Amino acid sequence: MTTTPAADGDELFALHTLRLNINGEQRRIQVHAWTTLLDMLREQLQLTGSKKGCDHGQCGACTVLLDGKRINSCLTLAVMHDGAELTTIEGVADGEALHPLQRAFIKHDAFQCGYCTPGQICSALAMAGENHAHSRADIREQMSGNLCRCGAYNNILDAIEDALPACRGELETSAPALGKRGSAA
Amino acid sequence: MSPFSYARPTAVQEAVQLAGPHARFIAGGTNLIDLMKENVERPQRLIDITGLPLHEVADTVDGGLLIGALVSNSDLAWHPRVQHDYPLLAQAILAGASPQLRNMATTGGNLLQRTRCLYFYDTATPCNKREPGSGCSARQGLNRNHAILGASEHCIATHPSDMCVALAALQAQVHVAGPQGARQIAFADFHRLPGDQPQRDNVLADNELITAIELPAEGFAAHSHYLKVRDRESYAFALVSVAAALDIDGHVIRQARIALGGVAHKPWRNPDAEAVLIGKPATAANFRLAADLLLDGADGQGRNNFKIPLARQAVVRALTDAAQAMEAA
Ligand SMILES: Cc1cc2nc3c(=O)[nH]c(=O)nc-3n(C[C@H](O)[C@H](O)[C@H](O)COP(=O)(O)OP(=O)(O)OC[C@H]3O[C@@H](n4cnc5c(N)ncnc54)[C@H](O)[C@@H]3O)c2cc1C
Ligand code: SF4
Ligand code: FES
Ligand code: FES
Repeated sequence: MTTTPAADGDELFALHTLRLNINGEQRRIQVHAWTTLLDMLREQLQLTGSKKGCDHGQCGACTVLLDGKRINSCLTLAVMHDGAELTTIEGVADGEALHPLQRAFIKHDAFQCGYCTPGQICSALAMAGENHAHSRADIREQMSGNLCRCGAYNNILDAIEDALPACRGELETSAPALGKRGSAA
Repeated sequence: MSPFSYARPTAVQEAVQLAGPHARFIAGGTNLIDLMKENVERPQRLIDITGLPLHEVADTVDGGLLIGALVSNSDLAWHPRVQHDYPLLAQAILAGASPQLRNMATTGGNLLQRTRCLYFYDTATPCNKREPGSGCSARQGLNRNHAILGASEHCIATHPSDMCVALAALQAQVHVAGPQGARQIAFADFHRLPGDQPQRDNVLADNELITAIELPAEGFAAHSHYLKVRDRESYAFALVSVAAALDIDGHVIRQARIALGGVAHKPWRNPDAEAVLIGKPATAANFRLAADLLLDGADGQGRNNFKIPLARQAVVRALTDAAQAMEAA
């Protein structure tokens, strides 16, 4: 990471240059220290799939995968993640081919307004990689970080339960974005 | 958020040297960034400690566990030794927040999260914790989530952590580094009661850094239970929580630990409540005796009076579940 001081030399307004791999693409981007990862994605990179529901870690609409792990992008600063690998909802499909989770959400009608859906899908994708959900009750508990104001929970649960085996199969064969770097060292 | 400068040290001493009253360490950021967005916290400098070498979980020579301050709550909860030897800790962590937050939140940060008192977050209202001397809005206000034990006229806030309740019961040690070197603090002495200085949640100095948490070998794996009572089944802070751990020999209790969460400015223990169980059989009557001692002196604030009977019953249930834990496993 390189840091460029502001024109008047004030270090508070310095710009930090980050290198990030976002959805498989290498990106270089300048941010202020206070820019959240979510604001960077939405405002600077126009990746508006990740939603701002609450901006306080309480809803999960901003869920993305950071080095394979699901996080709330509204509660972390972009500047802290130089060199990281990010997967957002824009990177979940394989070109025009929808991901099994996306297909299952359509099949089970797992949304109404759709605002929580990108976060739900990213969260479920990471949950598959974690491999701690072994029952419908487990899925319910481990998806509790994603609220749905429309209350589409039953269909969301059906969709995830349906797609989970396919997600796991996909993880075993190839996983471009999932769990490659493991925990940050 | 107000502007701030940003530093990312790679050595503990370097981080400690950068610290001071107008600087804040940032780890997972899940509490600090939230408070910065509300202007409750306005640091001039952020010290990103995620580059420090504090990410390991290691066995100690005497059979315990040394947990680096930057180990995430998820990694800790699912760590094989924690799952096997300290299930109480695993249960407590997994009862808190959400999977996303637990992936971000760190061991050190969890100890230092601030209260969820509404007025502490609302900069338009008086709050002695946020602004010493301004008054406590909660005493006459919305205090449903507030303390029933150890409160003062200056502050009736509770410490919101689940993990800390288990760490209190397990008698962990907090390892700290400062400019003067390292020290260890017993978990019971780490958090403080509000008294007339509610702005101080704990005994850490501004320029001290938590480096690790150490667990002793005794994890009460056979007989422990974390019970969390909340307004919804998941993703909510505790109204009351109980970490119960028993060492049972046949039908007789050899050792007992009971810590209460959601009821005070720190995880609440009382040696008398634990001593009364020693040498006794694990019966509901004895558990009620312990619960009464633990809640001795409990006082409601008006809207939270329900917590007193709730906590009493939760203690009995957690101890009952702990006593039966092994048979179920
Ligand atoms: C919506 C929501 C729900 C939640 N629900 C729960 C719940 O049910 N149960 C629960 O227990 N918690 C809950 N939490 C709180 C969460 O567990 C804490 O925010 C988290 O543990 C804090 O860790 P962090 O690493 O993110 O800390 P940060 O936000 O990075 O830091 C918190 C504080 O600790 C200081 N700090 C951090 N690390 C160190 C260190 N090593 N040495 C010295 N100072 C340090 C920082 O300066 C800051 O003041 C919830 C949070 C949110 C947002
Ligand atoms: S209870 Fe404590 S934190 Fe809440 S308003 Fe009173 S002084 Fe502030
Ligand atoms: S927008 Fe991040 S959790 Fe709600
Ligand atoms: S579909 Fe509307 S919020 Fe979930």
